[in-house]
Amino acid sequence: MSDLLRNIIRLVIFIAVQVYVLNKIPHLHRFITPYLYYLFILWLPFSIPRMGLLLTGFVAGLSLDYFMQTPGLHAAACVLVAYVRPFVISVLTPKDTTGFTYREPSPRAMGWTPYLVYALVLSLLHHGYMVFLQWLEFGTILDFLVKVVATTGISLLLILTVELLFPRRLKFRTNIS
Amino acid sequence: MRNIFLFIRRYFTFLTFLALQAVALWFLFNYNRYHRARFLGVANEITGRINSQYNKVEDYFTLREENRRLHRFNDSLLNLLPANFRQRDTSAYLVSDSFRLDTTVLYRQYVFRDATVVYNTVNFQKNYLQLNRGSRQGVRDNMAVLSSDGKAVGVVVNVSDNYCQVMSLLHIQNTVSATLKGSGELGTVEWDGKDPRYLLLRKLPKTIEVQTGDTIVTSPYSYNIPPGYMIGTVADISIDNTSGFYVLRIRTAANFYKLQQVHIVENLERGEQVALFEETRRRIEESKRPQR
Repeated sequence: MSDLLRNIIRLVIFIAVQVYVLNKIPHLHRFITPYLYYLFILWLPFSIPRMGLLLTGFVAGLSLDYFMQTPGLHAAACVLVAYVRPFVISVLTPKDTTGFTYREPSPRAMGWTPYLVYALVLSLLHHGYMVFLQWLEFGTILDFLVKVVATTGISLLLILTVELLFPRRLKFRTNIS
Repeated sequence: MRNIFLFIRRYFTFLTFLALQAVALWFLFNYNRYHRARFLGVANEITGRINSQYNKVEDYFTLREENRRLHRFNDSLLNLLPANFRQRDTSAYLVSDSFRLDTTVLYRQYVFRDATVVYNTVNFQKNYLQLNRGSRQGVRDNMAVLSSDGKAVGVVVNVSDNYCQVMSLLHIQNTVSATLKGSGELGTVEWDGKDPRYLLLRKLPKTIEVQTGDTIVTSPYSYNIPPGYMIGTVADISIDNTSGFYVLRIRTAANFYKLQQVHIVENLERGEQVALFEETRRRIEESKRPQR
């Protein structure tokens, strides 16, 4: 399966899960809204050009936005995540590329700790920016901080669960492909 | 000139990032203020199609409750039938006067349309419902939405060809004028974004006696929502000392978790009412201006 097709299918699945499962679960607490769909951006291949990454992020965010009637909210957060992602990866991965042969970020490719740091930083950015945009309209500063921390917590839990439940088939970057 | 091109090439990714951010934020702020955004109509059609497919499956899980709600509402309507009422004295009979001027004939103010909820959330600060009726079925902005047992649910804010978006009562921008059933005192129902089971009623003066369990209904002064439909019951009473108004916590009458079938209510007089209001405001504002 080509990377393009694989990622389109992934996007559809992630949006569907977010819209029909995570948004529909009964109200947990006002600070906790489970988010998982941006894991799609975290899973994009290393080799994707930065422009493509930005546009993919925008499209992913906007398609969720149109389902949730918040045009622009998730798109803005996703574009930020997509912009910062290459910097975080370059900090967290070893400089010599010989020992670094996987196609896309995963716990196997980066090691559990760097991968979790990677997920944590980008989750914090995503939720921080998104909750900030909502907070501009409504809420107190304490609401903002607690909501960012709580939402990041539940998202990391979800990401961890997904990584453990669905270990992706490992793809090495070879000379052939 | 060359430097500008060099600059653009050097920071092209960053500039794209800024441009995309600007587009996203423009969408967002435009939507928050006017409930309008680019491509929203097209997107609404697409998401509506997908949601109604999903809804076909989801509906089965709420059928039992929906059935009960519908049956109860039918029951209450049956009780209103004129055939239920008889006159005791058979010697007396009612004379209906045939003298009827045109102006005294009843006119219709509210029209009800049925609709199905295809998507609904309660987990966010801004919750919207999507219904499977749109402008082709006669739905317009600002129509009220009642649940299948006649409890207030929200107001239509956006319409595409075959689907419409409804701002639920569980939306932090929502304000609905409401009255205490019985005494008829006015207040405003809002939502604080905390618990989807409770709304807030403000601006009710504390001189009135209120008890927990009192019924809150929609007010007769709303242009959108027909009067007398239940919003909820008082669950908790507190007084805002700075303003001298009650802050009442209202338990919602409609079950927002399990909305399935709803009614869209059109106020046929709305255009005239709003036009009159605008005209009055314009005149008063103009008369306030200094005369020369």
